[in-house]
Amino acid sequence: MAVLSPVIAIALTVFTGFFIFLAVGVDPFEALYVYFVEPLTQWWTVQELLVKAVPIILIAIGLSLCYRSNTWNIGAEGQLVAGAIAGSVFPVLVPEWNGPLVLPVMLLMGIAGGMLYAAIPALLKTRFGTNEILTSLMLVYVAQLFVDWLARGPWRNPEGHNFPDSRPFDGWQVLPVIVGDDVRINAIFVLIAVVVAWFVLKRTLTGFQISVLGQAPRAAAFAGFSQKRMVLLTFLISGGLAGLAGICEVAGPIGMLRTTVSPGYGFTAIIVAFLGRLNPVGILFAGLLLALSYMGGEGVQIALNISDQITRVFQGLLLFFVLTCDTFIFYRLRFVPARSAPRAAGEVSHGSA
Amino acid sequence: MDAQTESEGGRQSGRLGGEPTLSAHGITKDFGVLRANDNVDFSIMPGEIHALLGENGAGKSTLVKILYGALQPTAGEIRWKSSPVVIPNPAAARRLGIGMVFQHFSLFDALTVAENIALALANAGAMGQLKERITKVSAEYGLPLNPDSIIADLSVGERQRVEIVRCLLQEPRLIIMDEPTSVLTPQEADDLFVTLKRLASEGCSVLYISHRLEEVRAICHHATILRHGKVVAECDPQQETAARLASLMVGAEVRELTPPEPVSETAPVRLSVKGLSNPKPHPFAVALDNISLEVRGGEIVSIAGVAGNGQDEFFDVLSGEARAAQGSIAIDGVDCRRSGVNARRRLNAAFVPEERLGHGAVPRFRLSENVVLTRHGTREGLVRSGVVNFAGGRAIVGRVTEAFDVRKGAPDPEASALSGGNLQKFVVGREYDRKPGVFVVSQPTWGVDAGAATTIRQALVDLARAGSAVLVISQDLDEILEISDRVAVISHGRLSTPRDAREITRAEIGLLMTGISGDGQGGKVAH
Amino acid sequence: MEALEGPLLTIITASTPLLLAALGELVAERSGVLNLGIEGMMAVGAVCGFAAGYVTGEPIAGVLAAIAAGMAMAAIFAVVTLVFVANQVASGLALTLFGLGLSALIGDAFVGVPGLGVTNIHIPVLSDIPLVGPVIFGLDPLTYLAIALAIGVSWLLFRTRAGLTLRAVGDNHVSAHALGYGVVRVRFIAVLFGGACAGLAGGYLSLVYTPQWTPNMTAGRGWIALALVVFAAWLPARLVIGALLFGAVSYLALYLQGRGVGIASQFLSMLPYLTTIIVLVLISRNQTLLRVNTPACLGQPFVPDR
Repeated sequence: MAVLSPVIAIALTVFTGFFIFLAVGVDPFEALYVYFVEPLTQWWTVQELLVKAVPIILIAIGLSLCYRSNTWNIGAEGQLVAGAIAGSVFPVLVPEWNGPLVLPVMLLMGIAGGMLYAAIPALLKTRFGTNEILTSLMLVYVAQLFVDWLARGPWRNPEGHNFPDSRPFDGWQVLPVIVGDDVRINAIFVLIAVVVAWFVLKRTLTGFQISVLGQAPRAAAFAGFSQKRMVLLTFLISGGLAGLAGICEVAGPIGMLRTTVSPGYGFTAIIVAFLGRLNPVGILFAGLLLALSYMGGEGVQIALNISDQITRVFQGLLLFFVLTCDTFIFYRLRFVPARSAPRAAGEVSHGSA
Repeated sequence: MDAQTESEGGRQSGRLGGEPTLSAHGITKDFGVLRANDNVDFSIMPGEIHALLGENGAGKSTLVKILYGALQPTAGEIRWKSSPVVIPNPAAARRLGIGMVFQHFSLFDALTVAENIALALANAGAMGQLKERITKVSAEYGLPLNPDSIIADLSVGERQRVEIVRCLLQEPRLIIMDEPTSVLTPQEADDLFVTLKRLASEGCSVLYISHRLEEVRAICHHATILRHGKVVAECDPQQETAARLASLMVGAEVRELTPPEPVSETAPVRLSVKGLSNPKPHPFAVALDNISLEVRGGEIVSIAGVAGNGQDEFFDVLSGEARAAQGSIAIDGVDCRRSGVNARRRLNAAFVPEERLGHGAVPRFRLSENVVLTRHGTREGLVRSGVVNFAGGRAIVGRVTEAFDVRKGAPDPEASALSGGNLQKFVVGREYDRKPGVFVVSQPTWGVDAGAATTIRQALVDLARAGSAVLVISQDLDEILEISDRVAVISHGRLSTPRDAREITRAEIGLLMTGISGDGQGGKVAH
Repeated sequence: MEALEGPLLTIITASTPLLLAALGELVAERSGVLNLGIEGMMAVGAVCGFAAGYVTGEPIAGVLAAIAAGMAMAAIFAVVTLVFVANQVASGLALTLFGLGLSALIGDAFVGVPGLGVTNIHIPVLSDIPLVGPVIFGLDPLTYLAIALAIGVSWLLFRTRAGLTLRAVGDNHVSAHALGYGVVRVRFIAVLFGGACAGLAGGYLSLVYTPQWTPNMTAGRGWIALALVVFAAWLPARLVIGALLFGAVSYLALYLQGRGVGIASQFLSMLPYLTTIIVLVLISRNQTLLRVNTPACLGQPFVPDR
């Protein structure tokens, strides 16, 4: 039953996609094939898919911890950028440092950068009660503007013919490839994150706290769980993971700091978190699916001259359908036993199910 | 069981005569497999105050919702002044002339009295005129109201007045009142009875739902008794004893509690509260003012009071969910004012809050998970190196189920699947299982059937007898007087000096509920 | 005197789209629904308004199309959150993403196309008074509409039965349902109104403010509108002040940029977003004001107890 709602949602999205392609004026069958199937047919496109899936899943795992505890971190995109910036400090400012230690330091700084940036909305919430949705989101715009300034301004590559990029990273500063030509070591980070998150949520007291805080805040207080500490913890974890994803993008596929370091992974991760029903394993699969939607968007742009913005349309639709199906299946069926009326009316069925 | 059923159209001796204002024939209501009302017949005469008696879960609320149009019956017919009618929604009920005062008020906190009343009237007319009508009618019936007050600022008793005046403005022929006195002080209840008698004398009928037998015997002309959804008896309550009515309601001899033993003067003080004060945590809360209390081992101290006088705030400060600004709290002599909930639990204190779903238990969590909720921090092995031992939780669920006869269907269901009484037994049992030295419980038997209520009260008595200090916060005076050694009253955030339960009278308790002066004695307080 | 004219006009026109979008959201939130999808509705309103205006050559067609587009988007949200009772926060985000993508998709064909523009009103004599003339009597029609709407919403909420019902539903949907009011119906209408306003705000951007279409032209205004509703404590009068405040901040950014002050343009562009954060922090410190004015059921799903 738990798997059913995402599956139905996906089916509905594909179904709607048929009509969208029709409306745009292309052969819907061909478009659906190019969008959903073609990226899976060749090894190099599959690698591309994995490359895209990795940051999305990494961020979504962190976000799932937040959302489970009713903390709404919408600013993962900004935390990603903050991590990218923080992790790029050494390669950009001290490019001569090129030894085995530089990459771990970059990664750690990336994590720290994401965490610090995420701490801002967290602290505003715990100290002043400010709504974290809007603050974390506003900070996304701020971060994007900041990296734009850096890349065009003080961090621009002096030998780069005035392109708005930093000096390309080199040697040890680059994230190593482990599979094929494109899949890098951050894929392993993702697998570790999935396993650790699963264990924490299912078996540990921290995972228990997260669930209680998300479902029944008064019961959480009664259990001695602190909402404020959890807000901080989940924001820091998700910020750190987003920051890690950010520096991995910059040190990996992109290879330098640019004005734009992410095509919206931080927002896609939100969808992945919900599609995966806030469950680490579900997120793994959902991330792969949404990476596919990015590939598909690029594919239809090249093959059929459709704007790649269609990716966002599909992603938004998918989230709508997931939410609708989820409620419909999960909530409605639970609706019957949870009603108070039958119980208040009498305890006729003692001992029966 | 001798069920006296009324013959069609006939009269019983002593009943007011005439054509019934409203009669119900064969009303049945099913919720899936659950039959909440089973072939219910009854009728209400004009000018009659008719009691609908039954314990929690007997089907009273369901029946009444049907009469008010909030629910549709599965089968059966309703007649209004002998003509069959269908009541599809509350607006239709109001048009017929039926008014209802709910147990849980349908009020809007942010709006004024006049606005609240306007929302319930089909044609409210101009606001200015409405306000005049409100002032006039409310004063006339002894329930004065200021139309411009905001509901959030009113006490519970005053809010009920708004509900009643709302009804009265529609000139009803039948008013249904669902457990009206559960939120009133004894004096306010007396005022209400005067109002009801006045209404009855004007020919308006009152359907009075209650499980409080003394009240029913005091003011009702006729009673219909429901059990498990069926009418099991009808009678004139003034001719019956409370015990007889109780046994009709429950269907068996009511279990007597083994009475609590008197407490030795030399028993150690296990819970000590001194000079506790705390400002309002938020605008609509109550500030606590210089509360002092001592509970010895082996005694049950109860705090009486109508809702909204600081009980929640006091409980939160006792449990550790909130920190008091001033004053001290000590458990077995250990100062715990700065300690959190779990630290206090480790001092062998246990707490049961008023709200079982959402506060005492997480509705969508299994019972074993709900065990972990309060017992993860008590060093009994439910958590090892951060990993939770759910099997241990399940074992505890088994023990509690046995000890408290919790009916739950599956071995480890979600908390929301249990009935009110069974969930409360679980929540109380979960804490009782730890053999706590100090036990604080708020509204222990609220909304719980009689059998479960007795089990819970017996547990409290047993706990005290074993040497624990038990503090009960309750709105149910009958319960308080049954099990307590000493009684105090909380009013507007102040606590009265505790008195011996066998000596204090209801009238004195009622007086204390209206206000407590600085020396802990009764009397109006200027505020 | 004349020197003030430019700044005042800029401030007012910059505040108009914010005011429009925030008014709509205020009504929706007063009924208890939190719609985070304003940005998406504005974007779709902007592109549809521009497209309709361009294709027909009539600005009025653009305005109507923008309103309709906003309402259509809001209808999707309403169905998902009110009929299917899905989580409002997630649904709002979905609406934003969907709307931004859809608008970019539709708008692809219109990038770089010259826009229509809407001429300002000119009242003889009155509009010619120095300073006061253009600022009070010479604005574009949509700005007057926004002001009228602010007054209208205030009157509706606090002086009519419909407004009372709306506030009641937002305060306690259980009580409202018990009294026989159609909670879902009231909220549906409120959400549609919110969508109409957001669409109109978007249309204002593409038809009046910068008469053209560019992707991401909403630039986060939808989110700022949400913050404005909180800042206004759900009161329309305060909302007007808040919108003007943000208009002033936008003006400040433009002014400093034009003056060639040594701050990079990116930092000046950050001003509205940073201001939003500061405003939110300031307002959330006044917990009493918030507590008293927040619609008690905001964001809570409504499931009737049948």
